[in-house]
Amino acid sequence: MAEDAASRISAAAGIEPVLEAKGLSQGQIVRKRFLGHSGAIIGLVVFSFIFILAFTSVGFLGIPGWWKYTHEQVSPLVNDGAPTSSLWPLAWGEHPFGQDRIGRDLFAMTMRGAQQSITIMVVIGLLAGLIGVVVGAISGYFRGWSEAILMRLTDVIIIIPALLLAAVMAQLAGRRDQGSWFASFASTNGVLALGIFLGLISWVALARLMRGEFLSLREREFVDAARISGASNARIIFKHILPNAVGVLIVNITLTMSAAILTETALSYLGVGVHAPDTSLGLLISQNQQAFATRPWLFWYPGLFIVLICLSINFIGDGLRDAFDPRQKKFNAKKAKEHGGPAVQASSVTGLDGPEHEGFRSEAPADGPVDGTRGN
Amino acid sequence: MVTYIFRRLVTAALILLGASYFVYLLTAASGDPLEQFRANPSPQKQALMDARTELLQLDTPAPLRYFKWFGGAVQCVIPFANTCDLGKNIAGQPVTEALGNALIQTLTLVTGATVLAILIGITLGIVTALRQYSTLDYGVTFMAFLFFSLPIFWVAVLLKEFGAIGFNNFLRNPEVPLTVALGIGVVVGVVIAVAAGGPMKRRLLAGAVAFAFVTAVLIYFSATEWFKTPGLGPVVIAIAGTGIAFAVTLLSAGLKNRKALQSALISVGVGVVLYFLLQPLLNEATFLMIVLLAIVFVLIGMGIGYLVGGYDRGQSMRAAAITSFLVGFLILLDRYMQAWPTYFNNSRVRGRPIATIGATTPNIEGDFWVLSLDSFTHLILPTVALILISLASYTRFTRSSMLEIMNMDYIRTARAKGLSERTVVMRHAFRNALIPIATIVAFDIGALIGGAVITETVFSVRGMGFLFLDGIAHVDPNPVMGVFICVAITAMVFNLIADLAYSALDPRVRVKS
Repeated sequence: MAEDAASRISAAAGIEPVLEAKGLSQGQIVRKRFLGHSGAIIGLVVFSFIFILAFTSVGFLGIPGWWKYTHEQVSPLVNDGAPTSSLWPLAWGEHPFGQDRIGRDLFAMTMRGAQQSITIMVVIGLLAGLIGVVVGAISGYFRGWSEAILMRLTDVIIIIPALLLAAVMAQLAGRRDQGSWFASFASTNGVLALGIFLGLISWVALARLMRGEFLSLREREFVDAARISGASNARIIFKHILPNAVGVLIVNITLTMSAAILTETALSYLGVGVHAPDTSLGLLISQNQQAFATRPWLFWYPGLFIVLICLSINFIGDGLRDAFDPRQKKFNAKKAKEHGGPAVQASSVTGLDGPEHEGFRSEAPADGPVDGTRGN
Repeated sequence: MVTYIFRRLVTAALILLGASYFVYLLTAASGDPLEQFRANPSPQKQALMDARTELLQLDTPAPLRYFKWFGGAVQCVIPFANTCDLGKNIAGQPVTEALGNALIQTLTLVTGATVLAILIGITLGIVTALRQYSTLDYGVTFMAFLFFSLPIFWVAVLLKEFGAIGFNNFLRNPEVPLTVALGIGVVVGVVIAVAAGGPMKRRLLAGAVAFAFVTAVLIYFSATEWFKTPGLGPVVIAIAGTGIAFAVTLLSAGLKNRKALQSALISVGVGVVLYFLLQPLLNEATFLMIVLLAIVFVLIGMGIGYLVGGYDRGQSMRAAAITSFLVGFLILLDRYMQAWPTYFNNSRVRGRPIATIGATTPNIEGDFWVLSLDSFTHLILPTVALILISLASYTRFTRSSMLEIMNMDYIRTARAKGLSERTVVMRHAFRNALIPIATIVAFDIGALIGGAVITETVFSVRGMGFLFLDGIAHVDPNPVMGVFICVAITAMVFNLIADLAYSALDPRVRVKS
């Protein structure tokens, strides 16, 4: 009875009752919140669709895909290269996204480019997350000289422009003949090398954030309790502190990844990222921007995929942020309207001016652009 | 405090030293500056290679060459000695000179865009925070995410295609067909209806009024060929000025403060009188004169506010000064519009005013108005692109900061005291919400100098980003180092300023000394 009343009151004010969390683990709460965030779910669906489409259609790592062309294959121009797909009647056609001037299939090229962008994004996310956590944890937990050294290192790396590193890498990868192991690796796995390089510099913002989290968490009572009961440093870090910092970590890795896509496409556009004969979304746009007046589809489709991937990742990140924030009471505008009536009246009498301000969305303001790698 | 600043500066200098060494080595390792000569079959090949080796001191290995460069660069720190030496670029030009030119180009490109993005972004953020979970909020949030996900080079190409080429084609024969006029009217009406807020009736009314107004104005413009010979005229300035006076008073003092409203309206009247008096003077305008006139307008406004007075003289002065400044801006805008036909028919422009590349039309001649119109038409596309891209973070940031503030207890207290919603929002919430924003604004101003590498590339502006890219492409460490040093120093100084500003604005935050 009491529970019923409580839920009715808070639902009236538009806040989902905290009691819903009763008997659920943190993972379950987070999952439930995430699934309730429609933007994030749409983002997830769109991203999964693009992911599956990109990786199955033209094949990956030598496994052939179901699409009949590859990104390098030249075929005779159909319909002067214009896209053959149409919405009504719904048809796919021979070259759904059209062809470029010499007859390469744009669908295959775009899919290949999307593969490259997603690969780079994942590599950067994993690498930056790993290094960021290690550096942040060590400097935040142990303090002292290790903190001083690591944070100064972070300061140095944060002001080195990504463009320069990418250019250096591009140059090194271009010199196949030199025969060093790095040059041969970089020239055969251009995308992977680019991802690793960018990952090696984009951890700095994450490291700072993780250090902040560790600094505040290590002063908490449960850490003291663990230490008194004889837990080792490693156990405290991995079992007690890290699980509490994992929300901030995941959210910021997601946002780093969405920035990484734009960085990669920008670098490829400037000619220091992915190189021909391989292709990427940024490179496709840079190759085709002159042809905008005659073959606009060559420009539209790669750009559309960049925007879609980046947008869906951003929405997933936003959903994760909302889901992981334990202070957040989720506001539901619909519920507030349905149950509105008297409760809203009452609250406006208390000077609270309707339900708007009850919805407390505590987005940590610093969570916007995670690092300065966004090219503009 | 002084210890804190000193310690920060020393740390910054050490970091700069380490990072610059690293950057120098990386640039030097990024390629072979002699490559273009190696495959050259000409007989002077050896002489050319020797000349470049001499110029770039390639006979010294890079780790040592850095210290030669450093020896020159460190002289820049000595004040008034004028012995700054950042080396020469691959063409033999001193880097300090190239940097100076690039800096001017970059600042003209980026300053306007950043200021506008900050203003629009903060406004949108506050409005969406006040209307949380409304259609407007969802719309703006979606737009923010969308803009944040746009690659700038893609936006730039689209802008060139539709903003420049399409608009120039339109200007050749500026007729707005009736259907297009109606369509634009409907779009504006819907936006206004969504943004208006309040009960449905009020929204629909606002939307309908906006629709009728916009459609009528477009049909009128089309009929009178306004786009070919634009202008405002004193009547429009007077009407718009009255609107501005009401809006400014509403925001800064509240319409209940009749004295403030009176002083704002008087300053509009004075502005309209000055419109006629200033026309002959404006024909001889220079940049300095415009700045002085702007200051004069603000002073006039403050004077009017002081004379009208009222129970709160400060508020009247503020309202009148802001109104007067904006009316002055309208007069300026009108003068620019008067110069438009001259610019449009200039033999260099040939009726295609919106430019896609460069910073000025080559060899253009004309008076102050034509020349500044020329740089505006060159700036407009990159500015729009930069605003779109950077708008999103300001909007989101302001929104979350404002939401957090609106949940504070002191806001509740302010409401409980019976203060009007305007006072609560503008006095109590807005000012405090600006504190965290001041920090990111400081960061962004620090990053301004670095320029917008990609924007500069797409629009062929020879600014800092261009210098940097060009240096990398030619394996030329000196310009790269020059740009890097400038960017790094400003970024660090502004980081420090941001921290100090935060502790000055928010007394709860103290810098540890």
